[in-house]
Amino acid sequence: MSHDSGILTVTEALPRGVSLWQDAWVRLRKNRLAMFGLCFLLLILLLCLLAPWLTPYGYEEQNLRLGATSPSAAHWLGTDTFGRDLLTRILYGGRVSLMVGFIATAVALVIGVSYGAIAGYAGGRIDGAMMRLVDILYALPFMIFIILLMVVFGRNLLLLFLAIGAVEWLTMARIVRGQIQSLRQQEFVEAAISLGLGPAAIIRRHLIPNALGPVIVYTTLTIPNVMLLEAFLSFLGLGIQPPASSWGLLISAGVETMEEYAWLLIFPGLALSLTLFALNFLGDGLRDALDPRTSKD
Amino acid sequence: MWRFIGLRTLLAVPVILIVITLTFFLVRAAPGGPFSSEKAVSPQVKAALEAQYRLDQPLFQQYLSYLGDLAHGDLGPTFRYPGRTVNELIIQGLPVTAELGLYALLIAVLFGVLAGVLAALKPNSAQDYVPMSVAMVGICMPSFLLGPLLVLVFGIWLGWLPVSGWGNIPGDKILPSLTLGAMYAAYIARLSRSGMLEVMSQDYLRTARAKGLPESVVIIKHALRGGLLPVVSYLGPAFAGLLSGSFVVETIFQIPGLGRFYVQAAFNRDYTMILGTTVFLATLIVLFNLLSDIAAAWLNPRLRFQFRKAQP
Repeated sequence: MSHDSGILTVTEALPRGVSLWQDAWVRLRKNRLAMFGLCFLLLILLLCLLAPWLTPYGYEEQNLRLGATSPSAAHWLGTDTFGRDLLTRILYGGRVSLMVGFIATAVALVIGVSYGAIAGYAGGRIDGAMMRLVDILYALPFMIFIILLMVVFGRNLLLLFLAIGAVEWLTMARIVRGQIQSLRQQEFVEAAISLGLGPAAIIRRHLIPNALGPVIVYTTLTIPNVMLLEAFLSFLGLGIQPPASSWGLLISAGVETMEEYAWLLIFPGLALSLTLFALNFLGDGLRDALDPRTSKD
Repeated sequence: MWRFIGLRTLLAVPVILIVITLTFFLVRAAPGGPFSSEKAVSPQVKAALEAQYRLDQPLFQQYLSYLGDLAHGDLGPTFRYPGRTVNELIIQGLPVTAELGLYALLIAVLFGVLAGVLAALKPNSAQDYVPMSVAMVGICMPSFLLGPLLVLVFGIWLGWLPVSGWGNIPGDKILPSLTLGAMYAAYIARLSRSGMLEVMSQDYLRTARAKGLPESVVIIKHALRGGLLPVVSYLGPAFAGLLSGSFVVETIFQIPGLGRFYVQAAFNRDYTMILGTTVFLATLIVLFNLLSDIAAAWLNPRLRFQFRKAQP
């Protein structure tokens, strides 16, 4: 269970036990929905990353004479009113949507884990003050603040990452703090202290690796939330700006012409919904596999 | 209980103050003055305008007088609609948004709780899988996608329901309310299912059955109170979500509510309007969170000790 590298040489001589991670992987493999989610996500990631080599069209490449056409052999998902290939735009849009999802979640992960770990390890009055701050921030209506930020400082991608990341770290901090608090009472931490390790090293080497389970689960469930937020902002015209493309933006453009060209709404919508589906299934599966109890709050 | 309510209310005061302060300085920090996009005006007119909106005073003074106005419930004039105050626009938009939100909340709670409880009564059966799959679809189908799709199917292809407006044609309130409520119905269904499942295995339910109560009384009187607790705590965040969700729904269905004013103000860079509505909406959300916490503590006495001592 412990990830203490100091005793690794000893454990290697013993017959290999089943580690937490192997155990979790076996349980996850049995969950068909979660595995479907994982495969689907890998597929989408691969398609989006390889987009420039997969489609013969550019995402800004217009063909005004062609206009909007329904799906055909040349354009599998049809073209939009500017004659741009929809499949290409969905793949490139997916790059932006997924990137926002992953980067903003990474921001939340870094802030939340370090904040929660420090509060949980310090304990006492420092912990109380730090968590009271989280309580106050929790009560702030962030959605409205993000909209406000986008309005006031322009529609800046970097700001979007920071703003979304800043919202999502709070729950992460709470989860990590709870984990660390219970872990630091255990013997292997005392052993590390008596070996003369400083607090920073103990948190980094011994406590955080052991708290990873719930963190991974919560991270997987944060990504779809973040992607929804991005799509929501882009839909309102406050997120990603054209000619760049993101799923929220494609949906918003699809709505305008849905009466004549329904596929321009339906395909980007499918891309977003299916990806969110896959992420949620994977997250639920990971929760069941890694940690059925603590991930609830 | 009173101690809990008192302390919880005290915590809400700094939150509201932070909201007001943050919003005020954020809006003031925006690049470009409110009149900079307008046609060139003579210096006298500009000075008069700035005096009217108190922009000629030092920033901190503006902040203090804004706080003073707020204490009287005055949110100030708007930049874009001359002669109209933010209060007037809020009063005009609020009833529409409140009605929309109320219907959506009703849909969410009714369908959500019903589906969740049904699923929890027979776990791992069709009665569980079908509603929960529908709930999963609801969670992955954001309102800005569900709304247009509903319009496309029921408004345009089938022609059963009106596609926009509010209160003009009979039936035009159905699609917006459904669009706004669907995702929350899905969340509530999942919350009430897991809440009920947890309660169903507890000893006090066995006691209730052992003393011979009929199953319906056991479920309705004993299980629901504990099982729906997560739903009650969720109502606060759900309210905040409904408000920001109404921005999208009101834009899609062209409903003249608060959310649409807010989005329009955002695009017009109508700073006083943004400031006023943000402060108003944020305060509303904080108050609603407070109410849902108090309701949760009333249902579950254990939560009341949150402020007594740090949890071990």
